[in-house]
Amino acid sequence: MSGGPLLRLAGIRLSHGGHPVLDHVDLTVEAGRIITVVGPNGAGKSSLLKVALGLLRPDAGRVERMAAVIGYVPQRLDIGRLLPLSVRRFLAMAVAERLDSGTLETVLDTVGAGHVLGRQVADLSGGELQRVLLARALLRRPDLLVLDEPVGGVDVAGQAELYDLITAQAREHGVGVLMVSHDLHVVMAATDHVVCLNRHVCCAGHPEAVSRHPEYLAMFGPRVAASLAIYTHAHDHGHGADGSVLPLEGGEDSHVHGPGCRHG
Amino acid sequence: MDDFLLRALLAGAAVALVAGPLGCFIVWRRMAYFGDALAHSALLGIVAGLLLGVAPLAGVAALCVIAAVILARAEADRSGGADSLLGILAHGSLALGLVLLSLMERVRVDLMGWLFGDILAVSDADMAWLWGGAALVLAVLASQWRSLVAAAVDEDLAVVEGHKVARARMVLMLLVALGVAAAMKVVGVMLVSAMLIIPAAAARRLARTPEQMAALAALAGLLAVGLGLGGSWLWDTPSGPSVVTVATALFLLSRTLSRR
Repeated sequence: MSGGPLLRLAGIRLSHGGHPVLDHVDLTVEAGRIITVVGPNGAGKSSLLKVALGLLRPDAGRVERMAAVIGYVPQRLDIGRLLPLSVRRFLAMAVAERLDSGTLETVLDTVGAGHVLGRQVADLSGGELQRVLLARALLRRPDLLVLDEPVGGVDVAGQAELYDLITAQAREHGVGVLMVSHDLHVVMAATDHVVCLNRHVCCAGHPEAVSRHPEYLAMFGPRVAASLAIYTHAHDHGHGADGSVLPLEGGEDSHVHGPGCRHG
Repeated sequence: MDDFLLRALLAGAAVALVAGPLGCFIVWRRMAYFGDALAHSALLGIVAGLLLGVAPLAGVAALCVIAAVILARAEADRSGGADSLLGILAHGSLALGLVLLSLMERVRVDLMGWLFGDILAVSDADMAWLWGGAALVLAVLASQWRSLVAAAVDEDLAVVEGHKVARARMVLMLLVALGVAAAMKVVGVMLVSAMLIIPAAAARRLARTPEQMAALAALAGLLAVGLGLGGSWLWDTPSGPSVVTVATALFLLSRTLSRR
């Protein structure tokens, strides 16, 4: 499912304290599509998201936001211990209308954090807070999700679940997704369009094509690139819990569930 | 009961009611030094008020508002160095205020009263200013509450969710400026930020929501004013330090209570 554009950035330039952060960046997010921005530290990924959200004003360029409701997951949230705030209240603040406990519990369950509803936000672990932030973004019923490393601090099993959830938002609900991620393996598997950013857009396109692009190889180095190449070639099989290679059953989207796997 | 004491209690109550909720935002947003800087620069406002022949409290309020606008601009630009600017503004204007005050030979000013509070010398005009100002501050605070709390949680999230964060930040700075001006009369320049921060901190351990914390902070402030002024009256101790001492005792008490 894909539709009209939700966000369009054209010729974005941004500098911070005299240093260029973004240089002539173009980007379009359409409904139902997942756009992932990858790049080294200091490449301007988070700044790009903030420009897209209107949190930073670019020095030059055009920002058009057609999306009516945006869900945002910041890279980190620093709520001081001096602010008493329950998860329940924190979630409820995301929308104007009143929500019943059932709705809040359901959305927390979908991100695997159903047990934290009554806790204080300041007491959550990094991974729990990240899940709550994603739940909060989903609660807004967004047509555009803007996610800055949405699974940072989440355990490995949880990461896959959350990425599945994000993918389902795009595929089933037609939500446009603009995401920054360091998890190159997952990015390559679940993304429609990769933007390789290092202040300017080095290369962009379908994951397969980008992973073979010389600028991309130069940026991440041959070792990372090689491991990704292996991964992208691995679409035709899965792995058992002991690492053995298993054939995939069914259609192209199917994947293998380990014994402890709860999703799907 | 003595008329002076009653008036002092009423003035202190007005300050406590405002300082509680405002102090919560100050500790939530980690801007404790901001209140301090405003209070220090307020002395210059007293001098300005005397020079221009208007009420010192009006001079203080005006100077606090000017300082708040400068500081809000500095904070918004996020280029760093805001804390240095705060320090320069605070102590530069405190020093200038003291120098100017010493040059004004014709005017007799109760410097100790301004530095440490002189609540027992509250006039009827002061009282009208205090209660009028307190009502205004509380009304504005209530009308902006949702946006202010959202911005205290995270400004970026609040912006994305449609709150007018820049406006809320400026409103808060102005309210704190007015609160500082009011609290100065009661506890003095040196202890104003204590009146903002300590009741809020005392309320933290006992509160589960932002609203509970604001209400409990106001209550803690009222208690501190009542007991502190009572003590000040009985044992002839300075009013501001007496109130702040009680507030500090309440803070320690809340820590012991919540640990059980």
